Amino acid sequence: MTDSNRRSALKSVGAVGAAVAAPTFFMRNAWAADFRNDPSKSSTVKFGFTIPQTGPYADEGADELRAFQLAVKHLNGEGDGGMLKTMKPLHLKGNGVLGKKVEYVTGDTQTKTDAARAVAKRMIEKDGVIMYSGSSSSGVAVGIQALAQEMGVIYMCGLTHSNDTTGKDRRRYGFRHFFNAYMSGKALGPVLGKEYGKDRKAYHLTADYTWGWTQEESMKASTEALGWKTVAAVRTPLGAGDFSQYITPVLNSGADVLILNHYGKDMINSLTQAVQFGLRDKMANGRKFEIVVPLFSELMAQGAGDAIKGIFGTANWDWKLPDAATKAFVKSFGQAYGQPPSQAAHTCYVQALLYANACEMAGTFFPEQVIKHLEGFKFDGMGNGATEYRAADHQCMKDVLVVRGKEKPANKFDLLDVVQVVPRSAVDYDPKIFGGNLGPYTVS
Amino acid sequence: MDAVVLQLLNGLDKGGAYALIALGLTLIFGTLGVVNFAHGALFMLGAFCAVTMQKLLTLSARVKDTSVTFFDSYTDVPYLKMWFGDVGLKIIDYAVPLSILLAIPVMLLLGIVMERSLIRHFYRRPHADQILVTFGLAIVLQEIIKAVFGANPIPTPAPDIVAGSANVGAWLGLGANVVYPWWRLVYFGFSALVIAAVFAFLQLTTFGMVVRAGMRDRETVGLLGINIERRFTIVFGIAVVVAGVAGAMYTPILPPDYHMGMDFLVLSFVVVVVGGMGSLPGAVAAGFLLGILQSFASMNEVKSLLPGIDQIVIYLVAVLVLLLLPRGLFGRKGVMEE
Repeated sequence: MTDSNRRSALKSVGAVGAAVAAPTFFMRNAWAADFRNDPSKSSTVKFGFTIPQTGPYADEGADELRAFQLAVKHLNGEGDGGMLKTMKPLHLKGNGVLGKKVEYVTGDTQTKTDAARAVAKRMIEKDGVIMYSGSSSSGVAVGIQALAQEMGVIYMCGLTHSNDTTGKDRRRYGFRHFFNAYMSGKALGPVLGKEYGKDRKAYHLTADYTWGWTQEESMKASTEALGWKTVAAVRTPLGAGDFSQYITPVLNSGADVLILNHYGKDMINSLTQAVQFGLRDKMANGRKFEIVVPLFSELMAQGAGDAIKGIFGTANWDWKLPDAATKAFVKSFGQAYGQPPSQAAHTCYVQALLYANACEMAGTFFPEQVIKHLEGFKFDGMGNGATEYRAADHQCMKDVLVVRGKEKPANKFDLLDVVQVVPRSAVDYDPKIFGGNLGPYTVS
Repeated sequence: MDAVVLQLLNGLDKGGAYALIALGLTLIFGTLGVVNFAHGALFMLGAFCAVTMQKLLTLSARVKDTSVTFFDSYTDVPYLKMWFGDVGLKIIDYAVPLSILLAIPVMLLLGIVMERSLIRHFYRRPHADQILVTFGLAIVLQEIIKAVFGANPIPTPAPDIVAGSANVGAWLGLGANVVYPWWRLVYFGFSALVIAAVFAFLQLTTFGMVVRAGMRDRETVGLLGINIERRFTIVFGIAVVVAGVAGAMYTPILPPDYHMGMDFLVLSFVVVVVGGMGSLPGAVAAGFLLGILQSFASMNEVKSLLPGIDQIVIYLVAVLVLLLLPRGLFGRKGVMEE
């Protein structure tokens, strides 16, 4: 490169740099509240919905999207208002958020952490979202929650049940409304003790990733506290399809309870196959053999068909709960889509409203302020009774449902019975037990 | 001993599915020289023939459901039940075996259309092109199924009469813990039957003889005035039918979803390579061998010695076989070696 060329190249680089920098310099409205994707100059505000549209959880993702679309409608004052009529304390006015109409973009996470991070990053950098929400896998949720902290954009988790999400991987910019494996164990333990006795022998089959490990650990802790013995805990690869080679060893292991720490397609397959191997009709140690699925959803119950009947598990929420908030939400969801919402849909709908409400309380979209208004926020009228967004780990503390696959469904949506609503006090725990650090409010 | 018998049964059952898919793959490769990455998707389509059959038999009238009070809801009463009562319900119960009747013509037609419209344009193209186009086709087929049937697995139970488990232990004089699902025994028997039928067709009929001759030396057979292309098209159709019926009958074991074919595809290719490219007996033998090995590697006793072996055993065996016998167990000289 000759000298003159180099000089002109430097000049043009400098000119372009100045041109790029100048508008941002002049557009900044307040130094103190300068933050990524600030919508204050716009008449709209954009949310991002990171949901699986392909892959094993695509149906769950579709239901989450329906809920988000309904939430956006209600926030903008369209439709019948849903839970806006029951939420307390309510700061939303049905005119968008802080007077700005809510718009949204969606992205396909494919239930893969790397794809989900790419989608979330695109939403932040290209689409200019102020907040993103949704997921149906803990692997994805943990991954995009870490990204939220790096980028300084709030992430409201969708369906994620691993202890790690608000445990060792908790983040200041991530919030989880859904319950977790530890709470499932605490809620389910006493019911299992009452139904099946205190001297059972359990065999665990566990999906080999973060959620499965924490689920197994939590179920072991709560059943061993009852007096049960753990005969074996076998890890199975995610997406194994045929589980027969893992189920046959159960037959002569001496166990009389099989605990399936599987979710989604894995759970449908392993449960269907366990029933085919006669585990539901088997006698072991002089008692009837039992199967337990600590976490299952309505969509999975549909997939498993008759195999789910009589099986105990836990749920975050169920559309048949009798409270006014649930009724209002189920009514508007049912009228819009012709089917009741799943628990994945419920948690996503609530998360969108909670975020918007916190913005109204803060009077700004500035994430630090919104976070401070979500932390420790106590609310009611959203389907789970009195609930608190615990400040120490961003986990919503609330009642947990123990459910059972219904023996005689009255209709095709009526797949689960709510056996017991376990109060928050029985599933509460010290947030310190899982370690983890939320990180700073201010990110550069 | 009980555990060994059970894992052997598991292996035979899994091996049956692997062998059926690998058999189809080998037929296509041996006759047309095409590496068909859409074969897993064809297995999946077969499974959805069973779903379609179930849906057809349970076509229902919508009756207002008064048990749902939050919004207007309707419940479905199958026409077969309305018209024929218990007999209608019995027919619905047999949806999966009946779906074979649907799968055979549908898959045969699909195979012939696929070969004539797409695959034949790739006979003389490099294998990489064939892989790309068939893999692309697999994705298209998957997405169509997802758009029509959704992504959630669909339960397709076996008929009630074979829904439970057989007391295999009592037959063999072993403990009461040796029970095995009836449908899996049916599936093993079914796969053995289909494999036998394909071999009989190729070994005992004139058509089969010509096809075998064509597989050896296509040009000479052509020079004798035989339209070998048309026969190969039919063989392609048969291979697709084999994959399809294998998928249809597998649905009670694995509730089908649009992605199930991909889970089998890679394994089936390993089976074909271990058995020897182009060798039909090799595909069958390797299918059963790898199925059984996979089952034994999952035993807790084995896993405690070699953790994680259940997830890699198939690939480990493939590596060993290829190191010791580069053409696979039954591979012939000259296949894919030009």
